[in-house]
Amino acid sequence: MSRYFGNRVNPDRFAPSQLKFYAVLIVLAVFLVLPIVFIFSQALKPINELFLFPPEFLVQHPTMENFVNLFKQTSVTAIPMSRYLFNSIIVTGLVVVLTSLLSSMAGYALSKMEFKLKRLIFEANIIALMFVPAAVGIPMYFIMVKLGLTNNILGNVIPLLAVPVNVFLVKQFVDQVPDALVEAAFIDGASHFQVFQKIILPMIRPAMATVAILAFQSAWNNTDTSTLYINNESLKTFAYYMGTLASNVGNQVAGQGIAAAAALIMFLPNLLIFIFMQRRVIDTMAHSGLK
Amino acid sequence: MLTLRKSRTQGGEAVPGRRSWLSPRAAKTWRRELEAYLFVGPFLVLFLLFIVVPVVVAIYLSFTYFNTIQPPKFIGLQNYVNLITQDSEFLMYVLPNTLEFSVLVGPGGYILSFWLAWLLAQIPRKSRTFLTLAIYSPALTASVAMSVVWLVVFSGDATGYLNSFLMRLGIIHQPVQWVQSPHWLMPIMIVVSLWNSMGVGFLAMLAGILNVNQELYDAGYMDGVKNRLQEVWYITIPSMKPQMLFGAVMAIVGTFNAGMIGVQLSGANPTPQDAGQTIIAHIYDYGFIRYEMGYASAISVVLLLIVYGLSRFAWRLFGERE
Repeated sequence: MSRYFGNRVNPDRFAPSQLKFYAVLIVLAVFLVLPIVFIFSQALKPINELFLFPPEFLVQHPTMENFVNLFKQTSVTAIPMSRYLFNSIIVTGLVVVLTSLLSSMAGYALSKMEFKLKRLIFEANIIALMFVPAAVGIPMYFIMVKLGLTNNILGNVIPLLAVPVNVFLVKQFVDQVPDALVEAAFIDGASHFQVFQKIILPMIRPAMATVAILAFQSAWNNTDTSTLYINNESLKTFAYYMGTLASNVGNQVAGQGIAAAAALIMFLPNLLIFIFMQRRVIDTMAHSGLK
Repeated sequence: MLTLRKSRTQGGEAVPGRRSWLSPRAAKTWRRELEAYLFVGPFLVLFLLFIVVPVVVAIYLSFTYFNTIQPPKFIGLQNYVNLITQDSEFLMYVLPNTLEFSVLVGPGGYILSFWLAWLLAQIPRKSRTFLTLAIYSPALTASVAMSVVWLVVFSGDATGYLNSFLMRLGIIHQPVQWVQSPHWLMPIMIVVSLWNSMGVGFLAMLAGILNVNQELYDAGYMDGVKNRLQEVWYITIPSMKPQMLFGAVMAIVGTFNAGMIGVQLSGANPTPQDAGQTIIAHIYDYGFIRYEMGYASAISVVLLLIVYGLSRFAWRLFGERE
């Protein structure tokens, strides 16, 4: 009787026995990537190919026409596209910096500091992982009005800052930093701020990268705040503008190319940042477990 | 931590002649608390403002009649009573739709994520990196950007890509009004959401599988693990329960958050003949279109309770405490 020996998980090199995994993975990956290939293809199509009947999936003669038109285009209220893009860059930048800072500080406190409400806050944060923001759109609206954040560019920023998942991920990662290391620094007379800055921050870079990516995605892709809280057209974001373009797609075929070009501008930064930080994200996720 | 506190206390008492209305020890405690809140405070304030307060307000509003013009009027449990006795739209469409959507997208997406993560763990690092990126890429897209794709692909006339493709193959002879059709809207919502479901939970499970100790597998083979299915069931999953739980919670939350997809695809709320009306869409319909905020809040509270209940269930399955 022969014993079963499985393949090693996380193998070092290719072996023919892995071909079946490759086959399934490649088929599924192609299926998953197809809609994204379509954005690229659609964004590069000249107008006659967008009108083509029967429609072709892939672009035949790529052109930058759609991007040129997109940049020339202004919204119905005469706000240039560049204004939305500028707003999005400012908003996303603020969200990424502030969320990273808030989450790492809170994560550090919840992991390495002692205070009375520590357990309560951590437990509340765990329960809040199950929070569905879309469910409380109505009270959120009134809070935003009360705080004077409607019609304020910060209305696109502040509601996105408190993210339980981010604090949770950082806290789990700070837990990996040995207590002895932190204690040694205190004995040498370091303050919490120094420990945080000099020891913790350099050691939790993967977690910070992950938080930054998640924050980037939430801000860059976000249409809700512009739709719900901001009336002033000149303070809305590119994602919102993208939405208005998309809703016109049905009416005019020419709009399709422009909307696809905008969709590509939406997608590319997400992709590039993730490619650069993929390793760190996976490292962070190894500690993401809930117990 | 104990040694740390001790050394710091000694340091504090070493300052002689320091006068305070607090005893040195109480002052120490105060300083420690204060310092901690310098770190956790900013997050805590925002957490209270944008998570705790909205939930509390939603619970309060759910007991009132509130049309945004007049101040909320307390009506007790009336909204909840109406929800389960009067709202035929909710009972006939929203609830069954939400159930169908969440059963297929939630567990479906979760199993798909685990399966793909497991497959990825069986191949070497280089090709894994590339394929992980491909599989995660849908999660990088914004739903607003993807609406461009879906609108063109599922366009209802013969120039729509799906219609044209199926007509060329001879599977259909008339263009189908995909997203306007009560018959097709829900399947399309499910496919689009499943396409999008390999997110943070998927990455967590991938990392979890990669970190399972190889020795556990070796021990398992000795104890008579006979095939891959047993290997996954008896070794992989039990050794990565925390990641399985994290993935499950993310899947549940993601599924209910994705409920607006039907409105985005069909461009109407309520969706055509309520075919794609999920509980989130129903909340927005009552809250921001009909301005019955009290009633909408009651639905929100029910939704939050459902999500909480399901997460507790996931905790039962995978949790290590309780």
